[in-house]
Amino acid sequence: MKYLCLIYNDEREMGTMPRPDGEKMMAEYSEFTESIKKSGHYKGGDALQPTTSATTVRVRQNKVSTTDGPFAETKEQLGGFYMIDAKDLNDAIQVASRIPGAKTGSVEVRPVRVFEQ
Amino acid sequence: MNARERIDEIYRSDSRRVLATLIRLLGDFDLAEEALHDAFTAALEAWTADAVPASPRAWLVSTGRFKAIDRLRRGSRFDAAVGEIARSIEATVPPDADLDGEGLEDDRLRLVFTCCHPALNPDARIALTLREVCGLETEQIARAFLTTAPTLAQRIVRAKTKIRDAKIPYQVPSREDLPGRLDAVLHVVYLVFNEGYSATAGDALTRPDLSAEAIRLGRLLVELLPEPEAIGLLALMLLHDARRTARTSPGGEIILLDAQDRTLWNRAQIAEGVALVERALSSRRAGPYGLQAAIAALHAEARDASTTDWPQIAGLYDVLMRIDPSPVVELNRAAAIAMRDGPEAGIALIDAILSRGDLADYHLAFSAKADLCRRLGRTADAITAYERALALTTQTPERRFIEGRLAELRQG
Repeated sequence: MKYLCLIYNDEREMGTMPRPDGEKMMAEYSEFTESIKKSGHYKGGDALQPTTSATTVRVRQNKVSTTDGPFAETKEQLGGFYMIDAKDLNDAIQVASRIPGAKTGSVEVRPVRVFEQ
Repeated sequence: MNARERIDEIYRSDSRRVLATLIRLLGDFDLAEEALHDAFTAALEAWTADAVPASPRAWLVSTGRFKAIDRLRRGSRFDAAVGEIARSIEATVPPDADLDGEGLEDDRLRLVFTCCHPALNPDARIALTLREVCGLETEQIARAFLTTAPTLAQRIVRAKTKIRDAKIPYQVPSREDLPGRLDAVLHVVYLVFNEGYSATAGDALTRPDLSAEAIRLGRLLVELLPEPEAIGLLALMLLHDARRTARTSPGGEIILLDAQDRTLWNRAQIAEGVALVERALSSRRAGPYGLQAAIAALHAEARDASTTDWPQIAGLYDVLMRIDPSPVVELNRAAAIAMRDGPEAGIALIDAILSRGDLADYHLAFSAKADLCRRLGRTADAITAYERALALTTQTPERRFIEGRLAELRQG
């Protein structure tokens, strides 16, 4: 079963991180990604640009409106994601708990919905 | 005994076991509940007084499974996917050993761990456990927790939906996950017990039905998974519950430990609790529940408050503070030290807790301080602390108790 792991962190903290810490984090992420590729959990994943680069799009009465920034202001922002294939929720939680960002922020684990053909 | 009575008896003793196995075989809580109902309905038709099957449980599981397959087949006329589920259930024929005996006990544990899964909302864990593991009706659970049946039913539906959609597995946790997951289960049992033993709101101090359910759950856990903390929790509940009748007067007034009529304590239950404490402590892996049970055992074995082994109780609280520190444990430790070293020592410790801002909303912190001030004759301080306690408690008997103390102090 597929689960999307959404990684939330305080992006201001991320942005002001001293260089050696940033490099250490990058190394942890690549090591983690390698490990879940090896175990067969990995389906995809990426890091995102900060919310200052986000644009929210809505269509109302056929008119497109765009606004600067994310849909909601929150203390922690979506900073990246992994799509994983796990046996069940326990397996998915085990994988999510090893995502480096879980130590400073939080990881939301969402099962992917499958629609009938 | 006629067939009907025999079936009622089997329903009481075994319906939860049968349900636990049906959930595993069918992979769905709701389908399993319907199957359980169908199986007992079929038993009422098929069984006669002299022809009850040799293994009623196996008969019920197997009948429930076939009824569920039938049900799904009928549904598959409208939904092809349902037919697929029916075929996959039918394809995995459970071996006979799987329908009775050892395997079934594992299913009961699977059910407990699934209902208490940490990914479920804490309130939902309690509701689901009481509904599925204990077999209480939704209305009974709602009444016990002073909420409405629709609210509670919704909580249970949401939890079941999450179990299905997020695929919470129906399994006993692996050895490495077991300690954490067992804690979550024990916590649910303890919350149920506390809600029964010391209702957080309302007119009655205790709601015995919930305590009895929690003790039943505790026994089940000890039987299925005799881990030291499971044993410790059962001991703790038995020892507290043994004092139930002495805790309130016939008029519903609170009687504190030192003033309780100890001949009202349930001696058989205390003996059972003490034996379990010894078993938990001898494992050398006793945790917070085992230690609290050991403290409760020392109280239970004392003839009165003055002959209670306060130094040992204070020592056990020291250990508890090391392995599971919390402001409430610290408060209890302060009360024990007050009995060992005198009220001043206790007041100093309670003041230290309160000055940190901990327990500022906890009425028992102020009641405890008030009682110690009262013993020292510091009437004004005692009144101030009792007034604060009164403002913080919502429970009628507790309020009456504090009001009584205030009236005595004001008369001087």
